[in-house]
Amino acid sequence: MTFKAKLGGALIAAILSTTAFHGAFAQEDTIKIGVLHSLSGTMAISETTLKDVMLMLVEEQNKKGGVLGKKLEAVVVDPASDWPLFAEKARQLISQDKVAAVFGCWTSSSRKSVLPVFEELNSILFYPVQYEGEESSRNIFYTGAAPNQQAIPAVDYLMNTEGVERWVLAGTDYVYPQTTNKILKAYLESKGVKSEDIMINYTPFGHSDWQTIVSDIKKFGSAGKKTAVVSTINGDANVPFYKELANQGIKAEDIPVVAFSVGEEELAGLDTGPLVGHLAAWNYFQSVDAPVNAEFIEQWHAFTKNDKRVTNDPMEAAYIGFNAWVKAVEAAGTTDTDAVLDSIIGVSVPNLSGGTSTVMPNHHITKPVLIGEIQADGQFEIVQQTPAVVGDEWSDYLPDSKDLISDWRKPMSCGNFNVATGKCGGKGS
Amino acid sequence: MTLRSLFYAFLTCLILSFAAPSFGQSGAGGDPKSLFDQLAKADFNEAEKLIGQIAATGDPRVVPALQAFVDGDLYFRKSDNLVFIAKAAGSNLELIDPLTGASAGEAPKNSVTKVRVNNNLRRVIRSAMGGLTLLSPDRAVRLQAADAVLRSPSPENLELVEAALAKETDGEVKARMEEARAVSLLSSDRSVGEKRAAIETIGNLGGRDAIGILRSVSGSIDESLKPDLDHAISSIESELQLWDMVQNVWYGLSLGSVLLLAAIGLAITFGVMGIINMAHGEMVMLGAYSTFVVQEAIRSNAPGLFDWSLAIALPVAFLVTGAVGFVIERGVIRFLYGRPLETLLATWGVSLILQQTIRSIFGPTNQEVGNPSWMSGSFALGGLTITWNRMWIVVFSLSIFVALLVVMKKSAYGLNMRAVTQNRRMASSMGIKTPWVDALTFALGSGIAGIAGVALSQIDNVSPNLGQSYIIDSFMVVVFGGVGNLWGTLVGALSLGVLNKFLEPSVGAVLGKILVLVLIILFIQKRPRGLFALKGRAVEA
Repeated sequence: MTFKAKLGGALIAAILSTTAFHGAFAQEDTIKIGVLHSLSGTMAISETTLKDVMLMLVEEQNKKGGVLGKKLEAVVVDPASDWPLFAEKARQLISQDKVAAVFGCWTSSSRKSVLPVFEELNSILFYPVQYEGEESSRNIFYTGAAPNQQAIPAVDYLMNTEGVERWVLAGTDYVYPQTTNKILKAYLESKGVKSEDIMINYTPFGHSDWQTIVSDIKKFGSAGKKTAVVSTINGDANVPFYKELANQGIKAEDIPVVAFSVGEEELAGLDTGPLVGHLAAWNYFQSVDAPVNAEFIEQWHAFTKNDKRVTNDPMEAAYIGFNAWVKAVEAAGTTDTDAVLDSIIGVSVPNLSGGTSTVMPNHHITKPVLIGEIQADGQFEIVQQTPAVVGDEWSDYLPDSKDLISDWRKPMSCGNFNVATGKCGGKGS
Repeated sequence: MTLRSLFYAFLTCLILSFAAPSFGQSGAGGDPKSLFDQLAKADFNEAEKLIGQIAATGDPRVVPALQAFVDGDLYFRKSDNLVFIAKAAGSNLELIDPLTGASAGEAPKNSVTKVRVNNNLRRVIRSAMGGLTLLSPDRAVRLQAADAVLRSPSPENLELVEAALAKETDGEVKARMEEARAVSLLSSDRSVGEKRAAIETIGNLGGRDAIGILRSVSGSIDESLKPDLDHAISSIESELQLWDMVQNVWYGLSLGSVLLLAAIGLAITFGVMGIINMAHGEMVMLGAYSTFVVQEAIRSNAPGLFDWSLAIALPVAFLVTGAVGFVIERGVIRFLYGRPLETLLATWGVSLILQQTIRSIFGPTNQEVGNPSWMSGSFALGGLTITWNRMWIVVFSLSIFVALLVVMKKSAYGLNMRAVTQNRRMASSMGIKTPWVDALTFALGSGIAGIAGVALSQIDNVSPNLGQSYIIDSFMVVVFGGVGNLWGTLVGALSLGVLNKFLEPSVGAVLGKILVLVLIILFIQKRPRGLFALKGRAVEA
């Protein structure tokens, strides 16, 4: 499988690199930005949408006159869901195409793959997806949710509103679920949940036979305490998981499932009738009732010429990241990396839930946390919204990162400052 | 008995007559209509209290409105904050009075707002509705009501259940109500003796839910009842343990049948013809997309036929993938017979082309393939929960297997095919058009992969990547079962499924999968030709 996927990726990459959208038509009066999202391979299902969003945002910005009086030009490349290829494509964007900033990546593996490239060539990456935290790079802005902007508020909601006492942490076997579950376990234990009331379960990528696990969850839930499932199950595996839940008759009223990777787009391939009441935690839902959101949805439908296309949280994160970059460039008067890195901290731009998001010195942003229940029409009904929360890169609930902070303002300029020892350079250095 | 039932009836009346005026006096809260209207501005906590008050009125007229609340059909008008049940009427909503059911005219969607509901409220409402409908004249409604009380035990429902129980004549409903009574009684302040009897009733009920109910009260119950409780729990558990074994076997067979479905087409193209066909998974994917297209056509043209969509999709998928297979064989593979490495690379290229083609046509996201009603939900068989979709897939894959076996063994075409694969030159000398047989055989294998795709669309994602997740498993099954032997594929698929499902509970899904692969590698070392090796000259040739 991996072998095949890799070889397949390489093949596609080879074909595409000859046809990729090189900046052949580049003129002197444009500013180029890179779009680094997989358009083929397994991640195309999620990332293609973000490429479209970026093209839409660029188009809208150009209608408003571009940036610094120049038109923007998007350079789209296809890293084909192949992590090493992400690094190659990033290098190509920065060195050959001379882009001012790059918007891209979805999985943490791809981000880790391009991180050294951005640091070496001193360029800027905007990363629009929720992730496990435990990272802060000088050259990366994390506009998706850190665990404290998604996972922990969701668990709090279940604990307080639904009175949940027993927890199943189910996830796909890779870095995001594992780190998130580690943080959640520590958090739950700090709240007095006993370890026998926590069940952790991992499954391979693309797992499709959920019979055993769903019946295990049922079994775990029959201990007389209110039970909930916290799902970090990734992408495609969710559809068979929810189908099995529905078929085995597990209702949200009995055992609610709160998911961190299931949004409007994932539900599009699913009959959500039997899933009403299961939850998701994000910083944005399409159902948000705000004029700015209505306008965004309208633009999106017009751009894609399809009024059934849904919007989702990573799209909002891309929107915030792009606008923050535009504002920072205009404040700095140049697209030079160092100048933008200085001017972007503290920049506030509207988010789509009706408030504003601010870029913090730790390169994460502030945003509200929304808890939504799945509805029969595939949308979410928002049952709770918190005030804006600051993204916390180093979790307070992990022993080896609770003393670390990140502050990229001068004079500290450090992504992993240890407040206990007073030195820069801890984990992740 | 009659005296007792009279007493309970009296008691219920008393409670109800007390309840209604007592809220009536506390200001605006009195009649159900104004209670419903207060929902417009209530947060979740206030709404919960309001539902309690609505239930306490004991007015059966509130039931439809409560049902609408659960279903998310309760709206309030922005102009005057009055609450209505809303039904879609074209682009507008038809507003219906929550109590009388009288129409209150139509309103545009943006002039009303939905009354919000969450899981907790749904639970409370269901419990309240259970209490209110226990005395319904409709047997099915009473049964449902008893179920609702059973699922959400609360001491408040106890008296209602007992009153209903006294009047109940239907055996099944009565039994359900007895259980509901026992469940509600456990958390009430009744005597120890009554509780002991209740524990026994719940113990006899059996199943996971019963354990859950018993465990939930174990903290608060009287010390003297602890042994009864533990006994009831352990006796249910020992019974469940047996069913767990049966369940694992069933899950294994079900997984095995999915493997069989995915592999059976490959058993022909790879097993019988010896072509390493990496595009096999894409044939499955094309079959699933054919189902999607058929369903879309049915949805827009003849929604009444939806339950037949899979039956219609089967021949369509077979023909589409069969035709694609035919073209691939004629266009690519026939030039590569006897060159396995080139075949592997070429078919792989084909698989990438097919994937990207589908991605370009349908987009990269999942497509929704609906389950017909007969493939949704589950039924109980003893202590086993069997889901209908898995059940039908087992039946379906076995029937495909049998059908294929008949074609191979009994038909003239099957005879030709076997002749060509066993000795091509001799078959050719006997006047069999071998290239034609090759093409048809490959088309048959592809077509069967296509109808497997119809079935797999019911349990998996329909996305361009669908095929990739099955290709390795398919090869695994065919190699393990013995190349060239259909029975080997059957036994291989089922035994791998069962093995996987017995490993999974103890070592987890990730390690289970690895262990299965390691075991297969070891097995192949020992028996390179798989479980059922072909013997004779054909193998040596």
